[in-house]
Amino acid sequence: MSRRVLLREIAHARSGDKGNCSNVGVFVYDGSHYAAVSAQLTGKYLKRSFGALFTGEITRYELPHLNGFNFVLQNALEGGVNESLNLDGHGKSWSSLILGLEVEI
Amino acid sequence: MVRTDTFRIGTGAGFSADRVAPAVDLVERGHLDAIVFECLGERTLAFAYRDRAADPGRGYTPLLERRMRAILPAAIANGVRVVTNMGAANPARAAEITRDIARQLGLTGVRIAYVQGDDVSQGVGPDTPLWEGMTVGEVGRRFIGAHAYLGADALMPALEAQAQVIITGRVADPSLYVAPLRHHFGWSGDDWQALGAGTVVGHLMECAGQITGGYFADPGYKNVDGLARLGFPIAEVQPDGSACITKLDGTGGSVDERTVKEQLLYEVHDPSRYLTPDVCADFTGVRIQTLARDRVGISGAGGTTAPESYKLTVAFDGGYVAEAGVSYAGPGAQARAELAGRIVEERMDAVHASNSSLRVDIIGAASLHATARRYHDQAEDVRLHCAQRVSTAEQAELLLWEVESLLCCGPAGGGGYRGSITPSVVTYSASMAREKVTARTEIIAA
Repeated sequence: MSRRVLLREIAHARSGDKGNCSNVGVFVYDGSHYAAVSAQLTGKYLKRSFGALFTGEITRYELPHLNGFNFVLQNALEGGVNESLNLDGHGKSWSSLILGLEVEI
Repeated sequence: MVRTDTFRIGTGAGFSADRVAPAVDLVERGHLDAIVFECLGERTLAFAYRDRAADPGRGYTPLLERRMRAILPAAIANGVRVVTNMGAANPARAAEITRDIARQLGLTGVRIAYVQGDDVSQGVGPDTPLWEGMTVGEVGRRFIGAHAYLGADALMPALEAQAQVIITGRVADPSLYVAPLRHHFGWSGDDWQALGAGTVVGHLMECAGQITGGYFADPGYKNVDGLARLGFPIAEVQPDGSACITKLDGTGGSVDERTVKEQLLYEVHDPSRYLTPDVCADFTGVRIQTLARDRVGISGAGGTTAPESYKLTVAFDGGYVAEAGVSYAGPGAQARAELAGRIVEERMDAVHASNSSLRVDIIGAASLHATARRYHDQAEDVRLHCAQRVSTAEQAELLLWEVESLLCCGPAGGGGYRGSITPSVVTYSASMAREKVTARTEIIAA
């Protein structure tokens, strides 16, 4: 039976920044969840959930042998460290933002 | 000469404010061939340029003396080569200071190399195009300086001269690792496969504790023991660039497949094309395998031809960031903090006619993720945080004053005012043809 869970329950993540571009690596703990996450955790889902923050193009790279995805989020740092007045100008916490999304497994 | 043994390389610092003790532990007990201290961010270097402009004897990393004094005795005694970008905007002065420290410590004959040539400020003018789409002249801010990310090439003369300490300014972070590996194993400058593998090692290692359990713990989900005494990483590198990532016994933290995976993609965009001055590295074939407790094997990296130009960071005076806050707690706290924020907004506009954008956060309810989502509507222990980027210190003072005045003129029960004014640097990127950048190496002896 399928159930909805926070992504945090089945995956871990880390964010990095370059200019006004953020990247978030997301890894499922258990490879059996990879297909479900792959189908649901799309750039469109991130855009639909957080479009006001992730204002640019979102590219997802897949690394199935590492159970991982790399999301590259253009114009997603409110200007980046240069311009942003967010306390977290690097978007270090974007990983946790994404882990707070729900997926069905 | 092509070597076939294992090269043991450690990380002593992953950023300018990193801890010192883990590096001392590594040079004392790590049986290392080399240790790398990566202490230079884009902004730290821009500030270093400004320090140097104010005083030609400054412009190197702030913790240089403390780090060198702590690690040199064991590094020299144990034959651990020290490679670092702690020279920042002034590698020559950093080398002199290191030489003086070595002498004070009674370490005579230590060969210290410094590498210059990354400062390309003279080669950048108003017409220089920036990756962001405008020219330097169109930025509309005062130009501070420009530096090129040098590659492993720039460190080879110092390595060939058997320098025991190598001090650079801006060098691409992984290149600080690739250079000693290339020197030790005799990799040629166009052995893309090996350089790609070495770049993966450098990339994994460059943030120090971020691969040994730092920037990772999430209690209940990802538990990490001993973060207060986190050990820094060691890479045991093979001649083909494959490696085992580990740390010293008895240190805190952990090295496992999860910590390595997270770091593999840290600050990476297209994993099949990770560009450095040395190579276009391919991370997509990397295999990560547990070998034993706190020992993870890395293999399968690839690489193709290096980019034709160097990446530059171009720095401008960004004025000041003013930040100020007041806290509220108990019933109605969030509503009182939000009212306080609206008062500040109204006064900055109506009284001070400020045209700089003002950000108002309610820490504890909506701050870091405020643009994306709202976590609370009636939080009961919150802090108003106001921030603004302005041109002058006087303008910055206005925001602090307005927030402080809330203590008597704002909502009920506001306390804990703090304010700060931070000089700011704005950086953009550009490219420069390789032939326009010339690295130079000098060697001095203690």
